[in-house]
Amino acid sequence: MGARRLLGSPVLWVGLLFVTLLLRMDVLQPLLRRGFPGVEPIVYNRDSFVALFLSQLGLVAVASLAASLVGIALAVFVTRPAGHDFRAMVDALATVGQTFPPAAVLAIAVPMVGFGAKPTVIALFLYGLLPIIENAIAGLEGVPQGVREAADGMGLSARQRLYRVDLPLAAPVILAGIRVSVTIAIGTATIGSTVGALTLGTPIFDGLVANKLPFVLEGAALVALFAILTDLLFARLERWLRRAVG
Amino acid sequence: MIEIDKVSKSYGERRVVDRLSLTIRAGELCVLLGSSGCGKSTTLRMINRLIPTDAGSIRVGGEDVTLVPAEALRRRIGYAIQSIGLFPHWTVEDNIATVPRLLKWREVRVRDRVGELLELFRLDAPTYRGKYPHQLSGGEQQRVGVARALAADPELLLMDEPFAAVDPITRDALQAELAHIHRATGKTIVFVTHDIEEALRLATRIAIMERGRIVQLGTPLEILEHPANDFVRDFVGHHGLGLKLLSVRRIADRLRRGETAGGEPLALDASLAEALSAMTAHRTDRLPVCDPDGRNVGVIALADLVR
Repeated sequence: MGARRLLGSPVLWVGLLFVTLLLRMDVLQPLLRRGFPGVEPIVYNRDSFVALFLSQLGLVAVASLAASLVGIALAVFVTRPAGHDFRAMVDALATVGQTFPPAAVLAIAVPMVGFGAKPTVIALFLYGLLPIIENAIAGLEGVPQGVREAADGMGLSARQRLYRVDLPLAAPVILAGIRVSVTIAIGTATIGSTVGALTLGTPIFDGLVANKLPFVLEGAALVALFAILTDLLFARLERWLRRAVG
Repeated sequence: MIEIDKVSKSYGERRVVDRLSLTIRAGELCVLLGSSGCGKSTTLRMINRLIPTDAGSIRVGGEDVTLVPAEALRRRIGYAIQSIGLFPHWTVEDNIATVPRLLKWREVRVRDRVGELLELFRLDAPTYRGKYPHQLSGGEQQRVGVARALAADPELLLMDEPFAAVDPITRDALQAELAHIHRATGKTIVFVTHDIEEALRLATRIAIMERGRIVQLGTPLEILEHPANDFVRDFVGHHGLGLKLLSVRRIADRLRRGETAGGEPLALDASLAEALSAMTAHRTDRLPVCDPDGRNVGVIALADLVR
C-alpha cells in the first residue's frame, strides 16, 4: 500500500486516536477541566483503560467466535436437504434471541451462572446469533442455482460442494453478518459492567452512579472508537474477500 | 451405451416422464427435442442421477446407474447446462480441472489436459488459463463450460440446452464446434433442446418428446420426410420444410461424380442448403465439389437439389 493511501485511510486515524486515548486519556485533562470544573479526579483511575479494553475485547471475541461457529453451523444445517425442515424453527429461535433485551438476558443469566464475565458472554452470544444466522442463510442460498447444479453434476460430494463452492461464495455475505454482530456486541458488552464484567462500560456506570459525567464521556468515547475501528477493519476484510471471490 | 427402460417420474399428480424407453448407441449424438415441460431435461438428469427415477431402470455402459455411487457415476459423465455454472471464484484452469482433480490426476497431466482443451475450443491457453469467469464473454464462458464437461475424457456427455442463452452468431459458432468435437472424438452425446434447427443440425438421431413420452425417434431426415403424427408435423413446422430438408441432406448423396465445373468448390459434407446458397450467391446452377483433401470429386447442379 502506498504512503498516500495509508495517510488517507480512516483506519489509520481512528486507530491512532483510539490508541492515544486508551494509553493517555490524561491528555484530555485540560479540556475536561474546562468543561467540568471542580470534578476530581477528572480522569477515571480505578482501572486502567487498557485493562478494561482488553477485558472487553476478550468477552466480545469469545462470544462472537462462539456465535459465528454456532450461527454458521446452523445456517449450513438448515440449507442442506437434511435440515430443511428445521429452517423455520432456527429462524424463529434466532429472532426471539434478538427480541430479548440484553439487560433481560443478563437478569436471567446471573441467578444461573453468577456475576461477572459469564452472563455477559451468554447475553452477547445470544444477541449476536441472529445477524450471523440470517446472513449465512442468505449467503448460502445466494449461491447461483446453476453453480450448485454444475457442482453436483460434476460429482462433487456434498461436503466438497460445501467447502469448495458454497462457503467460499457465501463468505462475503457471511462476513457482513459477523461484522454487524461484532459491532453490536462491542456496544452491548458495556452493559455487562452492571453485573460485574470489566469493560469500557465500567467507567460509564461508575460515572453515572457517582454523578461524574467525565467518566461517562471517557468510557463512551473509547467504546465508540473501538466499535468504529472494528467496523472499518471488517469493511476492509470484506472488500478483500469480495475481490478474492470475484 | 445408454439403455433407458420404462422409466417414469412424477411430481405429485403430474407425470413428467411416462414409461419412457430409449436406447442410445455409442458415438451417437442423440437430441431430446420438445417444448418446455415435455420431460426432456428430467430424462437427461435421471441419467446422471441428479433426479431419482420412480420406476424403470437406466444403464450406462451396461451398468445400472443406481448400483454405482452417484459421485463416481457423475465423474465419468460430462455435464453442461444452459446456465453454465462456472465457479466464479476459480480461474478458467481451475474450473476445467474440476473433475480431473476430483479423480486425483497428477498436476502435470491436469495442466496438459487444460491446455489441450483450451486449444480445442480455440481459446489461447496462456491468455485464458488465469482468467476468471466474469472476465469472459458469454460464448467464451460456454466454451469453458463444455471444456470442463469434457475434461476427464468422459465416455458420455449430457448437455441441457447449453447454447440457448447465447446470441445467434455465437450459438452458430458453438454448434459448429460441437459438431466438430463430436466427429473428432466420437463421444456419445445426449443433447436437450427445444430448437428444431439446432436439433436438425447436430443430431444423428432425434427423439421428439411430448408429455413425458417419445412420439418419434429417427434421423433428422426421417423426421422431416415422415413425421409420425400431426404433433411432430406441427413441431417441425410446415413453413420452410423444404429448406429444412435441404439443410439435413448432404451434397455427397447427390453428387455427379467425374464431372467438372468452374467456380468456388463446395465441401463434400456440406448440406444442400449450403449448395443452394452458394449457387444463388454466384448466380450459377453448377458448382464443383471437393473432398476434405481439396481434390475435385464432381459437380452438384441446381436440379440435383430437388430430385
